[in-house]
Amino acid sequence: MELFDLTIHELADLLKQKKASSREITESVFKRVKAVDSKVHAYLSLAEEKALAQAKNADENVGAIHESPLRGIPLGIKDNFLIEGTKTTASSKILENYVAPYTATAAQKLLDQGAVVVGKLNLDEFAMGSSNENSAFGGVKNPWDLERVPGGSSGGSAAAVAAGECIAATGTDTGGSIRLPAALTNLVGLKPTYGRVSRYGIVAFASSLDQVGPLTKDVTDAAIMLNALAGHDPKDSTSLNLPVPDYTKALQKDLKGWKIGIPKEYFIDGTDVEVAKALQTAIETVKKLGAECVDVTLPHTDYGVPTYYILATAEASSNLARYDGIRFGYRNREAKDLTSLYKKSRSEGFGAEVKRRIMLGTYVLSAGYYDAYYLRGQKVRTLIRRDFEKAFEKCDVILTPVSPTPAWKTGEKASDPLKMYLSDIFTINVNLAGLPGMSLPCGFTGSRLPIGMQLIAKHFEEEKMLRVAYAYEQANEWHKKRPKLA
Amino acid sequence: MKLSKDEVLKIANLARLELSAAEVEKYGDQLSAILDYVDTLNKLDVSSIEPTAHAMMVPTPYRADEVVPDATREKSLVNAPDREETFFKVPKVIG
Repeated sequence: MELFDLTIHELADLLKQKKASSREITESVFKRVKAVDSKVHAYLSLAEEKALAQAKNADENVGAIHESPLRGIPLGIKDNFLIEGTKTTASSKILENYVAPYTATAAQKLLDQGAVVVGKLNLDEFAMGSSNENSAFGGVKNPWDLERVPGGSSGGSAAAVAAGECIAATGTDTGGSIRLPAALTNLVGLKPTYGRVSRYGIVAFASSLDQVGPLTKDVTDAAIMLNALAGHDPKDSTSLNLPVPDYTKALQKDLKGWKIGIPKEYFIDGTDVEVAKALQTAIETVKKLGAECVDVTLPHTDYGVPTYYILATAEASSNLARYDGIRFGYRNREAKDLTSLYKKSRSEGFGAEVKRRIMLGTYVLSAGYYDAYYLRGQKVRTLIRRDFEKAFEKCDVILTPVSPTPAWKTGEKASDPLKMYLSDIFTINVNLAGLPGMSLPCGFTGSRLPIGMQLIAKHFEEEKMLRVAYAYEQANEWHKKRPKLA
Repeated sequence: MKLSKDEVLKIANLARLELSAAEVEKYGDQLSAILDYVDTLNKLDVSSIEPTAHAMMVPTPYRADEVVPDATREKSLVNAPDREETFFKVPKVIG
């Protein structure tokens, strides 16, 4: 095992015992990046000089850094988080040369804990995508099989952590963008409750759904990251002013007396046979740990994807109106009047999927169609939220698959947007209901592709989700497996 | 429902996008397919259902009305594609 293979908590122990320095860990990570990133393409930019200075500060205990397991740990940051003075592209040509004038609260919180920032990670353009093929700067490859996608939109984050190119990473999740890539790369991916983590300084996609969260190698690391990220921010009026518990205290091994809900709508024909089998085994495991599995029903499950593609695209069309070529971002230099400047700058700056979603969002909000689409979508969102409220009367946590299939081949779904959208069928409703959800490893296919399971809890009950995840993880070895990337 | 060429162009104009002939064709087909799928929502009777705009319905928080330092003028202009002195520069608007 090399230093870059270890988890946050393992490295924090080594640092505490003076068996390794942050400098050594950081150098190990950069060495790994140089060895493998030409194949994986997880990073859009690296910050080696700054990272080594941050590592030096951590080693010398410079700065008002309190005792934190993140002190001196090299992390990757998804490139839709602003960090002052560094490029933030959101994988879009329209932001290719954009230098952030301020820092996202979530990134600042990690820096305040003494974390080392390795660089900015690739994503689907504006976080719109399920495969990371929609990056204007080239797609990301799955370290478990370089011919396959890592999932999206936090594909760079997932691939980097899985390949040892950072110890943990940040992501954002609007319809599954943390959980899906985590599942396809054998990681733990946690989407907190809507309002748990500040989104100030995150490039906006769909504001009623976007949430920040970590991608890590195990459940303990997810709890450590959430401890650092969670909390109220006066600069984000959607972040809620509630106390933040110590999430690592939730990590306990037994599940006696716990009720796990199994929704029949998530165990359906069409799911890959090996995925279905791994999920059945996971259900048996949580039973052995003392939990009682109860049948629950989420009858409006199938309406989640169409609802999402109304609401998310409507919000995106509004949020992305700011890219007009005037104040920042790409500008077409030939345009002679204002309207053609807008049109040419946007048409040349945005990629195909982003344009598609802006068009769809514009359509569903346009005069004559608002009630038929947008308002109806908001009403169905109510039905989906109520489904979960009812299910949680019978259980503490819900267990489902994350993705109907393991990682698919690059290009396989690229020409059919609808087919790609259906990759998120099991994750999207969690965002529509604003619930916390997480993905964790639960097995492999015969050809050694990772399989993930999803846990969903009530609003602000991340601790319950983490407890079930930890108990399950400790009864397995899946999370210890690393890809054999040469 | 198939979106006509005119409808695609109308949406593109509202979205301030300029599309090539090939894009008009492609987006027309793809958006029509997506909208057909979205129409599955019509199977539900939602006449008595309240809409959800945000998953967490909490009152808008208030803060004290105090002046705090914000981005400087220079910082705000640093990403401007074109500028003159302390202004964003754009093509002539009034003829």
